[in-house]
Amino acid sequence: MQFLADFLPAGIAMHAPALIVVIPLIMAALAALMPNGRVAWTVALVTAAIVALLSLNLLGQVVSEGVLSYHMGGWAPPLGIEYRVDMLNIPLLLLVGIVGFLCVIYGLPSVGDEIAENKQALFYSAFLVCFAGLLGVTITGDAFNVFVFLEISSIATYTIIAMGAGKDRRALTASYNYLVLGTIGATFFVIGVGFLYMATGTLNMADMAAILEENGHNRVTQAAFAFIVVGLGLKAAMFPLHVWLPNAYAFAPNFVTAFLASTATKVAFYALIRFLFSVFHPDVSFVEMSFVWLFAVVGTIAMVVASLQAVFQTDARRLLAYSSVAQVGYMMLGLGMGTASGLSAGLLHLMNHALMKGALFMALGAFALNFGVRRVKDLAGMSKTMPASAMAFTIAGLSLVGVPLTVGFTSKWYLVTAALERGWWWAVAALMLSSLLALAYVARLLSAIWMDSPPTHHGELTQRRLAPWMVLIPMSVLALANVYFFFHADPLVWLARSAAEAVMGGN
Amino acid sequence: MLEILAERFNYIPIIILMMIGLYVVIATGNLVKRLVGLSLFQTSVFLLYITIGKVFGGAPPILADYKADDGYGHGGDGDAAYAAAGDHAAPAVDQVAEHATEAAAQTAEVLYSNPLPHVLILTAIVVGVATLAVGLALVVRIRESYGTIEDDALNAADYSLETGSAE
Repeated sequence: MQFLADFLPAGIAMHAPALIVVIPLIMAALAALMPNGRVAWTVALVTAAIVALLSLNLLGQVVSEGVLSYHMGGWAPPLGIEYRVDMLNIPLLLLVGIVGFLCVIYGLPSVGDEIAENKQALFYSAFLVCFAGLLGVTITGDAFNVFVFLEISSIATYTIIAMGAGKDRRALTASYNYLVLGTIGATFFVIGVGFLYMATGTLNMADMAAILEENGHNRVTQAAFAFIVVGLGLKAAMFPLHVWLPNAYAFAPNFVTAFLASTATKVAFYALIRFLFSVFHPDVSFVEMSFVWLFAVVGTIAMVVASLQAVFQTDARRLLAYSSVAQVGYMMLGLGMGTASGLSAGLLHLMNHALMKGALFMALGAFALNFGVRRVKDLAGMSKTMPASAMAFTIAGLSLVGVPLTVGFTSKWYLVTAALERGWWWAVAALMLSSLLALAYVARLLSAIWMDSPPTHHGELTQRRLAPWMVLIPMSVLALANVYFFFHADPLVWLARSAAEAVMGGN
Repeated sequence: MLEILAERFNYIPIIILMMIGLYVVIATGNLVKRLVGLSLFQTSVFLLYITIGKVFGGAPPILADYKADDGYGHGGDGDAAYAAAGDHAAPAVDQVAEHATEAAAQTAEVLYSNPLPHVLILTAIVVGVATLAVGLALVVRIRESYGTIEDDALNAADYSLETGSAE
């Protein structure tokens, strides 16, 4: 790990926590000024590469030196804004950085196909703002700063989702609905932060935790807790608050869906974990109660109901979007166990799910790029017309079900183990049921791809068409990562476990 | 009960505004009116923050021994003007240097209002304006492509598209 901490010059490494947010923001302004989409894409690619390198460097620094605390502008916390990197948020930074980089590579052909040429530069600019916002939410140690970055990323997200209107005008209504619900969520969150500020007089999360521990909890902090859970739950698409997600994912440009599905809800979920475990303490009675009666129960319902809804979708991307809601349910269940092993299983599933959904949405994007298909039955015969993309889709799809030899199996295994440790047999049963339902909807997609014959045009079979290599490479990397991390599960398991231990103190 | 309400009278209009805003978002089918409700909802939260910052008997938070280079010079012109207009006890900003130590001794006992919520809310207002702008831009685009901004009509248009293309 030491080489990761050392590969950047000391001056840059020292300011890495600030640079990882500031560089995408500055580059966003630069990208907006670019004359055409290709140049703007280069700016986005360079930015994403820099961010990925910085996140690797931060990983090295955290492992060798412990928690990093960066004082923004030289003002010491709790008065100044603190950027704080510890074992809990480093996996998320790596995820956003590396998956973001892969998504940007994928973006050039996909965006070129879906977005009007004169809007591409602005599109990449909005994407970079969203990217910076997600990184900011992850890295900041200041509660109000979380709100600001959450809204920076969300507002940019609304615009890039609406850019799907070139292909389907329903992207506009999807984006509008997301805007209304997302803003309600953010406002709930900021009410909660306001209550916490009333109770503690500080906005620094570590300081807040210390004061709450000393002063104890009262009605104000309980109200704050409820508002924060609902607010972040909306952003993370936790089950009954997920209604914005299926349409937003189904009608956004493919590049946006691939990126958001593997990062945005994950980051909101991280923020929720940060508040539940770091600011509030899991031993506090009402927090503990919410684990069992809110997160575990609602998570279980989400796993079953959202999977069931996914089975009956006709639109392939909306099918996977409902599956995403179900997968958030798995993470909620892991979190709801309230044990270090449960939380680490949830975090492991969070990372693995990003790998699966990234590859799946990229493959659907590749199908859409070559043949303009989006419905499940239109995927017929893709194994013959686009074998490489179909293969990647199949691997990631099996991983989503949790078939052995894929990471989906690893994280479900850890979830089941954690549930058994807790003695929750019903959770294991729900996991099995949900996996069967996942098998049902993935089988619908796979049977269309592998069993059906390609459509004919004037009596001729559709020709085989290779997806552009810039689509194939990031997609294959993600799909192969699904297999690789089954055989070499240690890095991800280690990340998830040390993240859980960092907030739980290990037990 | 009445006493509890009277002690917290500042929260009552905030809660009323908040509920009206949220109700409008849920109840109306008109996309622009829904954004109006959303703004009302957000504004009520701004007021909540502002009311947290009030300290009874507190002076405007301007340091009496103001020096340009000591790092406290970020108050902004608006606050300075407010202090000059609203608080006669506050010494002028360009106090001569020999009076500074004397003034500092005085300010040690002055009770200040909390300025931080105001600063936070400046940021939140910007966020609110940006959200409203994006929302209205979306409504314009929706109007252009659907010809309506009523929720029912939009749903009907989308539904017919879905059932039409399903076969």
